Amino acid sequence: MNTTAQMASGQDPTTGAQERKDRIGDVLLRVENITLRFGGVKAINGVSFDIRKGEVRSIIGPNGAGKSSMLNCINGFYQPQEGSIWYNGKTYSPMRPHDAATNGIARTFQNIALFKGMSTLDNIMTGRILKQKASLIEQAFYFGRGKSEEIEHREFVEDIIDFLEIQAIRKTPVGRLPYGLQKRVELGRALAAEPTLLLLDEPMAGMNLEEKEDMSRFIIDVNEHFGTTIALIEHDMGVVMDLSDRLVVLDYGSLLADGTPEEVRGNQAVIDAYLGVAHD
Amino acid sequence: MIYREAGQFKTSYAADQQMLPIPMDRWFVIAVVVFAAVVVPLIGSQYWLESILIPVLILSIAALGLNILTGYAGQLSLGTGGFMAAGAYMSYKVATNMPDFMPVWVPVLIGGLFAAGIGIVFGLPSLRIKGFYLAVATLAAQFFLIWLFQAVPWFVNDSLSGVPSTPPMAILGYKVTGAEAQPEPKYLFVLAFTIVLAIVARNMARSRIGRSWMAIRDMDIAAELIGIQPLWTKLSAFAISSFYCGVAGALWSFCYINSVEPTAFSINRSFQILFMVIIGGLGSVLGSFLGAAFIFLLPIFLNNVPAWFGLELATDIVTHIEFMVFGGAIIFFLIVEPHGLARLWQIAKEKLRLWPFPH
Repeated sequence: MNTTAQMASGQDPTTGAQERKDRIGDVLLRVENITLRFGGVKAINGVSFDIRKGEVRSIIGPNGAGKSSMLNCINGFYQPQEGSIWYNGKTYSPMRPHDAATNGIARTFQNIALFKGMSTLDNIMTGRILKQKASLIEQAFYFGRGKSEEIEHREFVEDIIDFLEIQAIRKTPVGRLPYGLQKRVELGRALAAEPTLLLLDEPMAGMNLEEKEDMSRFIIDVNEHFGTTIALIEHDMGVVMDLSDRLVVLDYGSLLADGTPEEVRGNQAVIDAYLGVAHD
Repeated sequence: MIYREAGQFKTSYAADQQMLPIPMDRWFVIAVVVFAAVVVPLIGSQYWLESILIPVLILSIAALGLNILTGYAGQLSLGTGGFMAAGAYMSYKVATNMPDFMPVWVPVLIGGLFAAGIGIVFGLPSLRIKGFYLAVATLAAQFFLIWLFQAVPWFVNDSLSGVPSTPPMAILGYKVTGAEAQPEPKYLFVLAFTIVLAIVARNMARSRIGRSWMAIRDMDIAAELIGIQPLWTKLSAFAISSFYCGVAGALWSFCYINSVEPTAFSINRSFQILFMVIIGGLGSVLGSFLGAAFIFLLPIFLNNVPAWFGLELATDIVTHIEFMVFGGAIIFFLIVEPHGLARLWQIAKEKLRLWPFPH
């Protein structure tokens, strides 16, 4: 098992608080030397980092740094020209969307990507699609697995609805919901797949303080109670520093820093990227 | 409304997930079906059964089919007439060559399956192109299929006229197809197909496959990242939609016009069914029926109304009025209410529930 040895000998877990340390396990995902080009533009330039089981790993950086592109590579929406992705001991170069979904990588989007014509319940039920096995005939006549699966998965989805406190909007078409609730439904849809790795692309963008607090609470609960590994892109530094175990900082597609919130906060390159540098 | 939803509690998810969760709705639909199956054949005249109810029901099946493709899966198609022709010609071929003991619904279903296969082939471009461009690709299906069935005499058993009459076939001694069949058994035959196909459409819409279609329609990228495979989902929508159209085409030939002819499935038919879906309501089973009834009955209504008021309008003027009303209705629905008559019905129900209070 060359691969496992390679992964275990990776970078030491540089976690923060002691009690969180026990939770965090082996490397779940590693991106190696990922380069993504759009024509002549290098969106990501040879970036490598890893995500360990059970941690909250944030990816931060100024606008256009390649954060969303990185998530898109991880779940197979973009195929990087160079580099490979290790996930659960297997290498994917490139990762395909269907591989990612069947391997338990779920995500939310920066610009909400809900199914607008469907109700909240149906939207979250789509997250269970890979777990439904009923044949076409069973679905068409609503018998056997066609019926039992619908009820069984409905129960699971109702638990998520309870957890996210969106019972009242269960049957409302999501197109009619306010922004904050749509973000919550999208998180619900991702959770319905029972993901191993959850990619959250700016889950708190455009939210007020209360909504951000709610969302932070949900993220912490998902991480601690379900043990879901989380990769988080967020611009609110307060949130990022409080929630994350480790951070990756990207700037102009390159890796700027990698480490605990304390290390990153003190890193001169990061401060320069965010605050600017005086040119003499 | 004569009943209210308040106070009707469900205690299990099974109860909440029924096709019609409210008992009054359920009883109402059952009553309508029983009325259509028992009372209508008893009281309906030959004109009503043969010239109005049978074609409306058959067009409803075709509208259901197009609604699955366009309303649920979001793939625009102008090939409906072609897929109906595929069903009609194949079921004619099967009906004239099969042994006598085969039940009469077999050729109709085989016609549907053949149309489904054709639908898959012409659905392949949908994996690469969307919207108007896809509509043009399906338009090619329309013209190619009609040309094919005219050019290959094998489909009509080398009939000299090219427009053969459909053979009479019977269930329990009652003829249900062909010119000699009585209207009542014919009507019940068509009604049985309509009811089963409507229930199946409704079931698919609320199951995994329906949610996959709607997910691809609303946000294909997110759907793909959830694990829905666009290839399988789009082709299944094309196949099932074409199956419905094929069955409708077969019934149209066997139970309505009593012959197999290409002009019945021309591009005009495709547009007629597309208008039914738009006016009735995209993504609604009820809407398919409302749209079919509206489009088919409006010309009959316009022909008769002036006479009731003692107005003698020339036929050409009536036809022109018809075009204007259709044009106006389609523009109205596209701009004001893309979810069509079905949505208007829903809004009316919601308003009546609160009436006389504004909210």
